[in-house]
Parts: sequence; C-alpha cells; structure tokens
Amino acid sequence: MTDGPEASDTNQALVPDDVAPDDVVSPDTISPESLSVSEERLKQHEIWVSGTEERMPFAKTTDEGAQEILPRDLDPALSIQRGTAVEDDFVHPIPVVDDERQIINIGPQHPSTHGVLRLQVELEGETVRRVKPIIGYLHTGMEKTAETLTYAQGSTNVTRMDYLSPFHNELAYSLAVEQILGIGVPERADAIRILMTELNRVASHLLSTATMGMDIGAVSMLIYGWREREICLDFFEKTTGLRMNHNYIRPGGVAADLPDGWRDDVVQLIETVNGGVDEYEELLNENPIFLDRTIGVGVLTPQEVKQYGITGPVARASGIDWDLRKSMPYSGIEKYDFEVPTGLHGDVNDRYHIRIAEIRESLKICQQVLETIPGGDYRNPDPKVTPPPRKRIDESMEALIHHFKLFTSGIEVPPGTAYQSVEGPRGEIGCYLVSKGGTKPWRMHWRAPSFAVVQSLPAMVSDSLIADLIAALSSTDPVLGDVDR
Amino acid sequence: MTQDTNGAEGPVTENAELAVGPVPEVESIKTLLEAFEDATFEVRSYASSDVTYHAISVPVGDWVAFAETAKAAGYDLFVDLAGIDHFSEAPRFEVVLNLVSMTESQRIIVSTRVPYDDPTVPTVTGVFVGANFYEREAYDLVGIDFPGHPDLTRILMPDDWEGHPLRKDYDIGAIPVEFKSGSVDL
Repeated sequence: MTDGPEASDTNQALVPDDVAPDDVVSPDTISPESLSVSEERLKQHEIWVSGTEERMPFAKTTDEGAQEILPRDLDPALSIQRGTAVEDDFVHPIPVVDDERQIINIGPQHPSTHGVLRLQVELEGETVRRVKPIIGYLHTGMEKTAETLTYAQGSTNVTRMDYLSPFHNELAYSLAVEQILGIGVPERADAIRILMTELNRVASHLLSTATMGMDIGAVSMLIYGWREREICLDFFEKTTGLRMNHNYIRPGGVAADLPDGWRDDVVQLIETVNGGVDEYEELLNENPIFLDRTIGVGVLTPQEVKQYGITGPVARASGIDWDLRKSMPYSGIEKYDFEVPTGLHGDVNDRYHIRIAEIRESLKICQQVLETIPGGDYRNPDPKVTPPPRKRIDESMEALIHHFKLFTSGIEVPPGTAYQSVEGPRGEIGCYLVSKGGTKPWRMHWRAPSFAVVQSLPAMVSDSLIADLIAALSSTDPVLGDVDR
Repeated sequence: MTQDTNGAEGPVTENAELAVGPVPEVESIKTLLEAFEDATFEVRSYASSDVTYHAISVPVGDWVAFAETAKAAGYDLFVDLAGIDHFSEAPRFEVVLNLVSMTESQRIIVSTRVPYDDPTVPTVTGVFVGANFYEREAYDLVGIDFPGHPDLTRILMPDDWEGHPLRKDYDIGAIPVEFKSGSVDL
C-alpha cells in the first residue's frame, strides 16, 4: 500500500494496471531460439512466472484485517514504536515520493524469520521506512492449557514454549510452584538444575550464532554451530531421554539423577565447545564481510531497551549491565564465579560478541559445577510433592497411597500468587502463577523474552536497509514458540 | 464451568486484602507508597532464596500515576503486563504490571482490580512504549479495555475471533472422537 489518496489499492506497486498479460509473451521479447517453443509451453512459462493462470486475480481483494499496516497518518502506534533515531541507521538522503513506496510481506513462511513471524515492511527502494511485526501464527493457547493440567503435568507444557531453552522454562515454572508451596530442593538438585540450564544456554547460543551466520551469508557457520550443539543435545538425551522438550526439571527437584559417566561427558563437552568457539571467532571476528554486515546495524539505545522491556544478551549488548543470575539469583547460582559481558554500541556485532562470551562463561559455570556438585538426593523428600521410589510402594501402604494420589489428582498447592524469573538465553523468562488451591493452576502467565524483542523491531530497523533487517532480526534471536505461546 | 457467565453471579467471595505490613525497608518503595495512600503492599520472596519482591495493590484511578511515579523513582525497566480473571471474586479482573529498578535490583509487581461491568484500565503506553503489545495481549486474551491505547487490536488470536479465551467462562470445547459416540471433554 502506498501513502496517499490511492492508498486502498493494496498491491498497486506490485501489479501495475497498465501492464497487460500479453506483454510477457509479446513477439518482441521472444528470442529466435524460443520461437520453436509451442504456444502451450509459453503459456506454462507465463503461469510459472506470474504464479497464477489469470495474473493474480486476487491482487486487489487482499484483506489483511485489522493488523494490516496502515498509511502513516492512520497508524499512530507504529510511528510511536519507531523509536528514537540513531545516527548509525541508514537514512535515505533524497526525498522520495509516496508512489515509490511499496508494502512487502516477509514471512510468515520465510527462513530468516526464525519461525512464523510475519513482517509487513514499507520499502522505499531498498530502504525500510516502516516495519510492522505481526504475530500469532504459532499461538496454541498454552497459558489456557496450563489451567487444565495438574502441577505435575505443567512442566511438559511449559517446556514446549521456548523450545530452544526448555530447561529454563521448566526451571521458572518449577521455582514458581515451589515458591507457593514454600519448599526448597536439595543442594544436589540445585546444582543439577544449574548445570542443565547453563548447558542449555550454550546450546541455544550456539544455534543462535549459527543461524545468524547463515542469515548474514556465512553459511559454513551454520554447520559449525550445529556440530557443537549436537554434543550438548546428546548429553541432554543421555540425561533426560529426549533432545528437546525434556520435562526434566519438575516441582520438587529433577526427574532423575545424572547418568553414569556424566563427568566425562561434560569434560569432553566443555573442551570441544571451547575449541569450537575459538574456531568461530577465527572465522568471523576479522571477516570484513561479516563486519560490514554487522557493525552499526540494528542499533538499540539503552533507553529503548528499558522502554521495551528487553533483557538478556540484546540488552547487555546495549551496555546495560543486567543479569538476573547476578542481581536476583536463583537456585544458588550466586555461588559460582562468572562474568557478565556487556557491549558498547548495541548493534548486531556486539550481540554476536556477547553471545560468544556468554558461551565461555556458561562453560565456566559448568566446570565449577563439576568440581563442587554435592552428593545426596536430587528431589525434595516431601511425599506430598515427590512420588515414592518404586520399591517403597511394595513395602509401605502410605507410599502406595501417596503414589496413587500424586498420579491421579496431583500435587496440592495452597492458594497464593508467585512470580519467578530466571535468566534465559534470550532474557528474563518469568512465570506468574496464581493458585486458588487444588491441583491445577488458576492462571499461569508467561513473561516471554522474545515477545518484547519482536515488539522493538520497528525501533531497531526503521530507516535501514532491508538486508540489515534480516541481520537485526537474527541477532535478536527470537523464538516464535515463545512469542506466541 | 457451571456458574453463570455474568461473573458477578455465583459464589462471590471478597477479594482477599493484601496484608498491610510494616513500612517497607527499601527506600524507593517507601517513598512510592507514601505518595499513594490507598496502595497496599506485601513482600514475597523467591523460592528457597532471600531475594524478595514487592506486590503492590493500587486502585484503578492511581494506575497511570503510579506507573509514572515508579518510573521516576528508578523502576524504569518495563518487564511485563498481564490480565487475570478471578471470576468469582468481587472485582473480577486484575491487571498486573511488573517493573524493575536496575540500580537497586528491586522488583515491584503492581496490580489493580476492575469489575466485570467496566473492565477498563487506563493505558500505560504513554509511560512505557513497550506496554503496547502486552496490553493488546491482555485485551485479546482476557478482554480488558485500555482506553488511550494507540492500536488496541487482537494480537494472538485472529481478527474475527469471538470471545476472550483466557476468561474463565470461555468454553474450551471438546474433541470429536472417531468410532465412539460422543466426544472427549477437555
């Protein structure tokens, strides 16, 4: 849609009226070689080029509904969201008439949208003037589903939200339930939780760096990143039985103890991933193409970061020293020694460096867990929360009753409200849980880090090149399962 | 759900008052609460941790003013905004706002209650631009109106969707099952 009186014609710029279908197969444009091609073949060719037999008959009837990008004067929300102008952003020097603007849809099915994100982009040549993120294509009502599942079943649900950081989701949920229950977990359970979440952060950042490399043009980075991530997933599979959606961290502890030989695996993993990260840095840090594509692109100022509620690596790249592991520690993470890297410029390059540094810091934490993990139980011994071991059921009537009650009705949670947040790979993952007694939550609200980031895209990429939009989007690492829930 | 969909019907219980405890120890929250006489607060702590946060309840009239004052007092990181349907309690809907002060490492969760007949809460998009999507989500899923919001449209559900799915009186439906007469209730 263009700005101006003819704004109602959605695809005007795409399909000009004065181009007759015949133009495509007009005799002037056909080279001598193609004269031998039959009429039928030419018709097929035209259908293939134009997409339909009748040259887009739906072109003028497209209705995007209430979420459509509107002309500038009718879309106040979008102009507010454009944010403050940043010097580094690309500003087209020559004023362009409204007719030369056009609306392009990127996604929902586009590889570089990292899922089913749809962006309506107003383009002026190659410059993005406005961008409107449209979400909801992956909305599966998980917050409503949570109200129908018991507290014991809940972690199977939340683990599927941000599918690249399942352990963090489970941890936030379990801690929120434990907060209302007023129980703690043994030290070994805390250590296992920290080990798994930090390894998960490594896996998620590896994937993020890999896909960002691919989006920017360093396709080999994708293969390298995936290679190291596979080792993390192998360890997850060995520990939990699954590569994703683990349902491993549960209210009251974790599902199982670490497997035999886990120490060797983690030692091996730390060594391999550290070596891999060295390789990435060698590949990308000095690469002139990579630097050109990333420096000064997708800049967010610290003020914008706070306004939009962006946390995690994106906020830290903008120079905000904020990490929940330091400021509001959970599960005893304050015992471990690690640094919080921060950037200076808030651009794509800084975000890449922050992620690389965070991988190393997380591996440092894993190394410390290896050295300091205490023995003992990995679950809270409270029989009202943790089911008894299988052997106890044969011996004790009470254990049988507890087992039966836990698996038929579930954990009884007293009335109360809790908010619990953990530092996920993409920022603050928060679980707001309201209980009115009984075995099911009354309401569960999920504070999703990607939701905040997607909202800030207009501020990040307005007045920059369309290629920078792809770079900026992939640097924020959105997970659409987390955005839409 | 067998209760009447009017919300006010059915077993209505009084909204449990937040305990008015002693004066908060954190200086910024103390000054915040002094400015708003009707605000009550409760200190909650994270699971097996000594990290605490303050749950503050304010009347709906003070909503925007409180957000502005909190922002000026250093609570400038907008974290979250959500709607909650309490169904059988007297003011049925609740809106919670989650703010963080990075300088003091403190979190406040501000909440306000609105009745079923008039589920309107003034928008805080003027204070925090980032509240835009969150208020759209609360409108879409819980059906809370935010007058003054620049673009209050559905965000997760399709535009022509009827009803607000996270309300407690919203029927979650059933799945038809093949080869068995009837269906499985969810």
